[in-house]
Amino acid sequence: MINLEIDGKRVEVENGRTVIEAAHQLGIYIPHFCYHKKLSIAANCRMCLVQVEKAPKPLPACATPVAEGMKVFTASEQAIKAQKGVMEFLLINHPLDCPICDQGGECELQDLAVGYGGSASRYQEEKRIVLPKDIGPLVAAEEMSRCINCTRCVRFGVEIGGMMELGQAFRGEHAEIMSFVSDTVDSELSGNMIDLCPVGALTSKPFRYTARTWELSRRKSISPHDSLGSNLVVQVKDNRVMRVLPLENEEINECWLSDKDRFSYEGLNSNQRLTKPMIKQGGKWQEVEWQVALEYAANGLRQISQGAGAEHIGALATPHSTVEELYLLQKLVRGLGSSNVDFRLRQSDFSADGKQTGAPWLGMPVAEINTCDRFLIVGSFLRKDHPLLASRVRQAVKKGAQANVLHAADDDLLMPVANKMIVSPAEMTAQLAQVLKALATIKQATLDASVQQVVQSVTPSAAAQAMANSLASGERVAILLGNFAQQHPQAAQLHLLAQHIAALCGGKFGFLGEAANSVGGYLAQAVPGAQGLNAAAMLAAPRKAYLLLNVEAELDTADALQAMNAMRKADMVVVLSAYKHHAAEYADVLLPITPFTETSGTFINTEGRVQSFKGVVKPLGEARPAWKVLRVLGNLLNVAGFEHDSSEAVRGEALQGVDVAGKLNNALRGLNAQAAASTPAGLQRVADVPIYFSDAIVRRSAPLQATRDAVQPSAYMHSTALGKLGMKSGEIIMVGQGQGSARLKIVADDTLPQGVVRVAAGHAATAALGAMFGIVTVERA
Amino acid sequence: MLSEQIQALINRELKKYPADQRQSAVMSALRFVQDEKGWIATDDMADIAAYLGMPQMTVYEVATFYHMYNLKPMGRHTLTVCTNLSCQLVGANETMSYIKSKLGIGVGEVTADGKFGLREGECQNVCDEAPLLMVNNKRLCGHLTVEKIDQLLAELDK
Repeated sequence: MINLEIDGKRVEVENGRTVIEAAHQLGIYIPHFCYHKKLSIAANCRMCLVQVEKAPKPLPACATPVAEGMKVFTASEQAIKAQKGVMEFLLINHPLDCPICDQGGECELQDLAVGYGGSASRYQEEKRIVLPKDIGPLVAAEEMSRCINCTRCVRFGVEIGGMMELGQAFRGEHAEIMSFVSDTVDSELSGNMIDLCPVGALTSKPFRYTARTWELSRRKSISPHDSLGSNLVVQVKDNRVMRVLPLENEEINECWLSDKDRFSYEGLNSNQRLTKPMIKQGGKWQEVEWQVALEYAANGLRQISQGAGAEHIGALATPHSTVEELYLLQKLVRGLGSSNVDFRLRQSDFSADGKQTGAPWLGMPVAEINTCDRFLIVGSFLRKDHPLLASRVRQAVKKGAQANVLHAADDDLLMPVANKMIVSPAEMTAQLAQVLKALATIKQATLDASVQQVVQSVTPSAAAQAMANSLASGERVAILLGNFAQQHPQAAQLHLLAQHIAALCGGKFGFLGEAANSVGGYLAQAVPGAQGLNAAAMLAAPRKAYLLLNVEAELDTADALQAMNAMRKADMVVVLSAYKHHAAEYADVLLPITPFTETSGTFINTEGRVQSFKGVVKPLGEARPAWKVLRVLGNLLNVAGFEHDSSEAVRGEALQGVDVAGKLNNALRGLNAQAAASTPAGLQRVADVPIYFSDAIVRRSAPLQATRDAVQPSAYMHSTALGKLGMKSGEIIMVGQGQGSARLKIVADDTLPQGVVRVAAGHAATAALGAMFGIVTVERA
Repeated sequence: MLSEQIQALINRELKKYPADQRQSAVMSALRFVQDEKGWIATDDMADIAAYLGMPQMTVYEVATFYHMYNLKPMGRHTLTVCTNLSCQLVGANETMSYIKSKLGIGVGEVTADGKFGLREGECQNVCDEAPLLMVNNKRLCGHLTVEKIDQLLAELDK
């Protein structure tokens, strides 16, 4: 530890810290632009110059390491003179356009210029002009003359985002921030550059010129998208969400947000919003009063439960629904006498049900990812499914951790990967078994009987051996199962094998939860239990009535074709949705519910953190929070125990006496691994859910839909396999699966294994196809 | 695609650096491309980036930072006239105007026949040779006089 004195106050800091960090510890503010606590030190803005005793010249506080007995003066005459001098230089070329600048009012340069700038400039010369750049639909770089070349955006791209999309080209007075040629910035974390920019050079394209910062009220909320549960500040003007910014939480999202969390709000007021209850009569949709719609829905459900039987009712919800909504949904359905309720809509293997010892979760706190030194990531489109968790893994790898990947696609993770096995979905279990076997040999451990059989049937390949060596050499190992692994038809087998691998290396074993409430769904009991049908079974054996909560049947389920068939066959489909969508074709009642900004609720994120939030704006039109709608439905159907008068009361009931931490457990009991089945003949489908098609809100956010990640999906195949079919990359072909088919462009992708076709799910262009896993055909259109 | 010759040259260069620091060869790689083509197109920069396994933008940063790389075609012979202080004191301005009028082009331009390009340069660290110019960044011509310039241009014109 080092003792030093800043402005007469004594402070003790770790060796290797800088003066600016020591000052921060004391609560002393030193003006700065290029310094950022999460980025490397550049020391190029010189704003943080301070006086240090015995130093002949002022020193930059951000780049000066502390030393024993150092005496620092941050506001002495010399320091202030240096800071004012730097400010004068910064302002030479900075345009005086604050009144029309989008950053006005929240600009670091503006704030500091008030304190350190002169009231008039001594410079008469012309200011330099930097031409505007178009770097995509999210970040505006229209006024690059304002740039003070702090390079925070560049460092963010390199260090946090993992790819260098912006750089500082040219030199001296001609230096400017730009992208290569005129590339767009495509990082899924690009929006953070807007927050980092200390001036108005990089601004938010969707938010530009819509409001001033002082007109906005700031309200806390929680992201409803991925399972991280990022903390948000939602900024509101005139009862409308104008912008979303990160709320700093070091344990979850740090000071970052993914673009999905940041820009999805543009979908909240989409013209597809459902704002009035509607019922279908004689094949025509009619807007009706709430009372009429609710009674219509209740009558329909009552008739089916009394006629055909309650087991003919099925309820499906997305894992983006809140704990309160999911809890009331299952309570309603169970009250009617059915146990058919599920939120795991994209899961296809339910053989672990009944053998789980708790709700599947990350297996460790989110922040612990940064401290792991070995990773085995099984079946995950990590960057697109979990942008900020991927960034944490990237930080760990940067510190020397080794990442091992087993997956069916080789998307660039923007980090060095120590070992990877890219195989077809059907081969994944066998590959994982090989790793387990190799690891057991290294550790000289006897394996549990439940996995003996499968392990004996495999011989570890060199890649599996290398992976096992990597894992065995680690001290803090994490085995993580991604969305793809959870949606896999042998998900339980992968689960079991991964559990044993983790046990052998004494590491953490966890699931990268699929969505905001993937843990919450279990705790809210929105799962069928022993008596009921799970999501897949409910759709495979069509029910007479369905209750859909936030679900778009053809986009949110594991098998779009099967889901749509089930919906079309049903006598009664009650849809609770914030948006008008394809349900118009198959539903009987549309009940307008509110997205997360217009209701209070709770999400339980992947590390099991219970995060409640309040509504930030009033519901749009006649839309109402889903928990209220479900409560009234419960009353109309005479189900007992529907007297809640607030979402807090629902949460209280749902989570009362529940030891959340105690309910989280990834261990499987009583499941045996089966010998790997032989690889099926034909082309296997590999389906990702593209980042901006994963839930109803992002699907309707115009700026996100304009990004490169949201282009119409193509089918991808290895060029050798493509050559065998006599097809050329770029051709339009017909992908067939079961009864369904889709016309898509076929594109060669040599990172894919042989024998697979990558066709995204969750998109209208592929909604006519069947299951996310399975055999597909590729034919000339 | 980088030509085989360039790839061979880069490979030789790479031996000078640790295997995990391939990007150290970026300046040489840019030089090889310029030697072959006379200038460096952004496509070439992308090829170099792919070959060395580094971000395209980093290659672009390097190529735009240093003065000696031509970012557009600069003729068969690029004359870079030093206009820094030492050269100025012994008549760099006059040298420059003479070359301009002789070739009929301005700084940053190329003659219509594509033979000569003219650039303003920075100090070459041989001020005893002032005033001076460089031909294609390779050949130094110092103590310039009108006669010497005529002679040089005639020689290069062949």
